[in-house]
Amino acid sequence: MSKIRSAFENQKAFIPFITCGDPDLETTAKVVRAAAENGADLIELGIPFSDPTAEGPVIQEANIRALAGGVTTDRIFDLVRELRRDVTIPMVFMTYANVVFSYGAERFIGTCEEIGIDGLILPDLPFEEKGEFQDVCDAHDVDLISMIAPTSRNRIAMIAKEATGFIYIVSSLGVTGTRNEIKTDIASMVKIIRENTDTPCAVGFGISTPEQAAKMASYSDGAIVGSAIIKRIAAYGKDAAEPVGAYVREMKNALRGL
Amino acid sequence: MDNAKGRFGIYGGQYIPETLMNAGIELDEAYTHFKDDPTFQKELTALLNEYAGRPSGLYFAKKMTEDLGGAKIYLKREDLNHTGSHKINNVLGQALLAKKMGKTRLIAETGAGQHGVATATAAALLDMECVVFMGEEDTKRQALNVYRMKLLGADVVPVKTGTATLKDAVSEAMREWSSRIADTHYCLGSVMGPHPFPTIVRDFQSVISREIKAQMLEKEGRLPDAVIACVGGGSNSIGSFYHFINDPQVRLIGCEAAGRGIDTFETAATVNTGRVGIFHGMKSYFCQDEFGQIAPVYSISAGLDYPGVGPEHAWLHDTGRAEYVPITDDEAVEAFEYLSRTEGIIPAIESAHAVAYAMTAAPRADKDQIFVITISGRGDKDCAAIARYRGEDINE
Repeated sequence: MSKIRSAFENQKAFIPFITCGDPDLETTAKVVRAAAENGADLIELGIPFSDPTAEGPVIQEANIRALAGGVTTDRIFDLVRELRRDVTIPMVFMTYANVVFSYGAERFIGTCEEIGIDGLILPDLPFEEKGEFQDVCDAHDVDLISMIAPTSRNRIAMIAKEATGFIYIVSSLGVTGTRNEIKTDIASMVKIIRENTDTPCAVGFGISTPEQAAKMASYSDGAIVGSAIIKRIAAYGKDAAEPVGAYVREMKNALRGL
Repeated sequence: MDNAKGRFGIYGGQYIPETLMNAGIELDEAYTHFKDDPTFQKELTALLNEYAGRPSGLYFAKKMTEDLGGAKIYLKREDLNHTGSHKINNVLGQALLAKKMGKTRLIAETGAGQHGVATATAAALLDMECVVFMGEEDTKRQALNVYRMKLLGADVVPVKTGTATLKDAVSEAMREWSSRIADTHYCLGSVMGPHPFPTIVRDFQSVISREIKAQMLEKEGRLPDAVIACVGGGSNSIGSFYHFINDPQVRLIGCEAAGRGIDTFETAATVNTGRVGIFHGMKSYFCQDEFGQIAPVYSISAGLDYPGVGPEHAWLHDTGRAEYVPITDDEAVEAFEYLSRTEGIIPAIESAHAVAYAMTAAPRADKDQIFVITISGRGDKDCAAIARYRGEDINE
């Protein structure tokens, strides 16, 4: 069984996203540990990409800062090896198809298995194109995470039926970044998902406040937050672990008892 | 050569976020329907002929032929189209298609500004809203085209991210499309991006080779020995090659922007220096580092300054059907000046890359050989930049 499923056994899941190497890998390690200690159920580790077409300005800038600091895929693998000495919650990579393809799918995904990465999120890899990565992921027990968007409509059932690990529900049109209001009818999307799979689903894109997280998690199995965390890292730099830890605690508390 | 999922060999595909998948599928279905619709084709042909000024001439460059002393040279005059380049062929097709789909707003990326100007023109003509994304660096290099777009009623959004050039304009247009799909069509300007764009743009640009073939048979009674065109994303070249792909006696030669040389980092020669990757919706060749980070590329030509190439070109390269040669900034600038002086035709700096190849190859060819060079656009927009390149500062 997918190890990711254990992330959804402690009530509603809180899933923070952290760009590796922003501003440096030592800070990333501290931030990941702070998030895990303060109630994060699963961590999305972003491998920066030069041209992140699904990201809004906040995460784009984190990518630029990380790459400017000299972070590479190999150095991020080393970071995960080091983190796995004590961090036991599930962790997945979020990056772009070319980062995996260019490294070699077999070599990249094989390394994920070896170092303890449980899943892979590739926002520019839709259902129809996943084949060449899916087979390799299956061979290495790495979940290739499926995404469902407000525009998916007739595609939801098809995607849900083959989903493993968890399903990433994109809350809104457009790119990542905080939003004042999420208008999408998430409940209707989740209803179709539930009819087709028992794989858990979490909502991301645009969530920053405890109230938003609680609302999104009430419809689904959890909430994913990226830009709001990256903003704290951008503001606090090398001292980001403590404020991010406090934020994760506040967000996870908002999800308890739902 | 392309199958249902928009593959050219292993290349192409539809690598886009789930948010855009239904939009891509709807576009594919609409295009598949309208391309065989006689009314649509009749309307498009009327626009191309009455508004854009097609067919464009196939001009025998007598002085250039005599001066180079080898192959007989013809110029396919896409520079004479309305708006000054081949870009209008694709834009009129896509704008009409978008209108039939009920879209009211066009967005586009642009490098040199030619595609942006063409899109702004079509939007004005067809009463559509228009927003053009352009790298901030390019808005400086091509200030005249920025003004033209605004004059035509478009909003021009300068893109400041990354290298602030064409690649970043494409990324920003994709981001905008994913945030506003219902009323908006992304009018992509080259044979690149996710399926169905490489096929749609290829089909709309293939009018170039259809005309070359008919004009050549009329003038010479035979097919040319070589068709030469510049390649950035590759739309004027695929348009020039398409109806000759099944004529193996016709050499197809794509001229890439080598910038300061393919042995330097300041180059945009994707086929010559890149490797296979997945980016901007497609699998193709890309300039990238060992970890798959897309490389900052460079060319004097804003229209060729792109780190990828259309998937059908990648396939034509792998199969050996087309050849891809690198042309440096210096060679292109010399060709820009040469064609102006010799034939009284100022080519776009992009097109000058194709002229430069012919200047080297024609003298070595027999006199009974025939070369066709596609002059994809006119060079007025480049005059200030070329003057600067030669150390002369002029105001536009």
